[in-house]
Amino acid sequence: MTTAGAGAARPRAGAGGAGPAAVALRDVAKTYGRGAHAVEALRGVSFEIRDNEFFTLLGPSGCGKTTLLRAIAGFEQASAGAILLFGADIVDVPAHRRPVNTVFQHYALFPHMTVAANVAFGLRRLRRPEGEIARQVAAMLALVKMEALADRLPGQLSGGQKQRVALARALAPAPKVLLLDEPLSALDLKLRQAMRQELKQIQATTGITFIFVTHDQEEALSMSDRIAVMSEGRVQQIGPPAEIYEHPANRFVAGFVGDANFIPATVVGEEGGRVRCRTPAGLVLAAGAAPSPPGGRGTVLFVRPEKVGLVPAGQGTVEGRVRGLQYLGDAVLIEIDIGEALPLVASERMARLGQAARRPGDRLGVVLDPAALQLLAG
Amino acid sequence: MALLPARAPLRRTLGLLPAVAIILAFMVVPVAIMAVFSFLVPRSFGGVEWTFSTDAYVQILFERMLDDSLRFSPGYLMIVLRSFGLALLATVSCLLVGFPVAWFMARRPPGERNLWVLLITIPFWTNQLVRTFAWIIILGRNGVIEAPFRWAGILDQGATLGLMYSNLAITVGLTYTFIPLMVLPIYASLEKLDFSLVEAAADLYSSRLATFRRVVIPLARPGIIAGCLLVFIPSLGAFIQPDLLGGGKKLMLGTLVQFQFTTARNWPFGAAIAMVLLALVMVVLILHARAARPHPAPGGGQ
Ligand SMILES: Nc1ncnc2c1ncn2[C@@H]1O[C@H](COP(=O)(O)OP(=O)(O)O)[C@@H](O)[C@H]1O
Ligand SMILES: [Mg+2]
Repeated sequence: MTTAGAGAARPRAGAGGAGPAAVALRDVAKTYGRGAHAVEALRGVSFEIRDNEFFTLLGPSGCGKTTLLRAIAGFEQASAGAILLFGADIVDVPAHRRPVNTVFQHYALFPHMTVAANVAFGLRRLRRPEGEIARQVAAMLALVKMEALADRLPGQLSGGQKQRVALARALAPAPKVLLLDEPLSALDLKLRQAMRQELKQIQATTGITFIFVTHDQEEALSMSDRIAVMSEGRVQQIGPPAEIYEHPANRFVAGFVGDANFIPATVVGEEGGRVRCRTPAGLVLAAGAAPSPPGGRGTVLFVRPEKVGLVPAGQGTVEGRVRGLQYLGDAVLIEIDIGEALPLVASERMARLGQAARRPGDRLGVVLDPAALQLLAG
Repeated sequence: MALLPARAPLRRTLGLLPAVAIILAFMVVPVAIMAVFSFLVPRSFGGVEWTFSTDAYVQILFERMLDDSLRFSPGYLMIVLRSFGLALLATVSCLLVGFPVAWFMARRPPGERNLWVLLITIPFWTNQLVRTFAWIIILGRNGVIEAPFRWAGILDQGATLGLMYSNLAITVGLTYTFIPLMVLPIYASLEKLDFSLVEAAADLYSSRLATFRRVVIPLARPGIIAGCLLVFIPSLGAFIQPDLLGGGKKLMLGTLVQFQFTTARNWPFGAAIAMVLLALVMVVLILHARAARPHPAPGGGQ
């Protein structure tokens, strides 16, 4: 699933190679402040990031992504747990000795140094020979297409250009792991989309393990080898983008990664790996169960809007009536009353819709395929 | 409508008049009077005779012998040099003490910082003379520092550590008096410093010292330069500290000027020294204007 023509500098081990993990987190916890004002930013985070992997931490603002990244970089001391870098515990290693570099959210370029001096900064501190520094700086500036602006000061650059310089500066010392804290969030939409592909390309070319933080699910899905979805200081699910999207582990992940319909339901039976559920309005539906056991807050049926099938009235699993429409250009969102507390939202591609334009009040049949319907912990 | 653009400059000029008047009345005129006085002859009990003479300036470097010949006399030159030296010393010690204080203040939570700024300005609330006297109690014979030594028997009854009436005492007094003028501008520049730059430096393998040298100092430079000027210039002309803590033996330019206008009643000579002081300050300011000119560091800390 990675660009094959990128000419990876090292063999891709991301698909499960031998050797120690690039980064291993063992029960990492972080509490800011103490007493009544204590904030538990991380609550026992454990997972491993493989060498040469494009790994994304995805979660809403305040879930602890930055805290986790800062703990790996060494700017923040974890309250408990261990952080291993290629098998070596780095908890006692100060930030400036960790072979890890960061692309800061607001770039943090040194305003009094030129672009070239910014990129050379890390190499100079590592006391590399001048010739090597010059070569590496030129190579990095070429990688991010900023050769022409090497003598500018950061104040004379646009947001996108600063972003590139920040990336070149962090890549120049060839770190084992690159940490990126929402590096694209300050850019406008078009630039952001272009940079996604470029970042992915650079990761493949350099073979450096990327740990990328974002709250944007589209960004996460489009770039990552694997994603860890976080909420309230805990990891909710880890897996490749398709798995996270198609088979969310719980209601939070389902709702955060893409759009979702949730219908409260209770299990009434089981047959052939499927469960039979009853909704408050009395519908009985077959669904696949999520791998994790349902929690205390009850269970819900989950289906993505694009997986809701629409057929002429009388032919569906469930009968419904159109309540409202939302035009999105390439698709249309249809709110369908199926007798439950909340209407079901279906998404239909404009291309497929054809001339059969729908109107509020129209009756139609809704197909809820058991393969698309999942029972999740609420 | 068409008249407006033509009128605007006139109105602007009129609007500036009060400011120009104040500058004229309180800066240009006094300096001009002083400049004129410095080229006149003193009257015996103060005041000036309206006779042109460059004696006051000659007097700074030369002594007039009985036969009217001039002999080089380094006495006043020494005072100029001492003033420079002590002002420089005071500036350096203010910088060494003031920078960490400013750093500490800038690293407090934002809500707490104003409190610290207020605390720093407290010394300004009382009279400079009183505050300088306080140092006599600290440094003097049987002062706060000497007392424990005497009590422990390390120091004999008659002996003293000799802290008072020394260059050290003057430097301490100047440092103490002017340190807020060092702390505040440095604080202002450090407060603006984005702390993620410090983290970025650490991230790029800088030790604390390297981060300080390559990132913090260059970015705090405007504040450091402003602080040094604000301390150096008044230190050069200070007269309370050298008088009280230097015991009148260690004269500085400020003391000398004050002495000439009061006790010695030689106004032209006092004015001439003041002009020299002014010239020295101008030189320092010109050097500052050159140093403060923004220029990138293409080497980036090489
Ligand atoms: N320095 C700090 N002091 C106190 N609380 C903090 C600090 N940094 C972060 N937090 C809190 O920790 C939680 C996680 O923050 P953060 O890691 O920045 O989240 P994210 O990057 O996912 O938005 C938030 O509740 C935040 O308010
Ligand atoms: Mg964050």
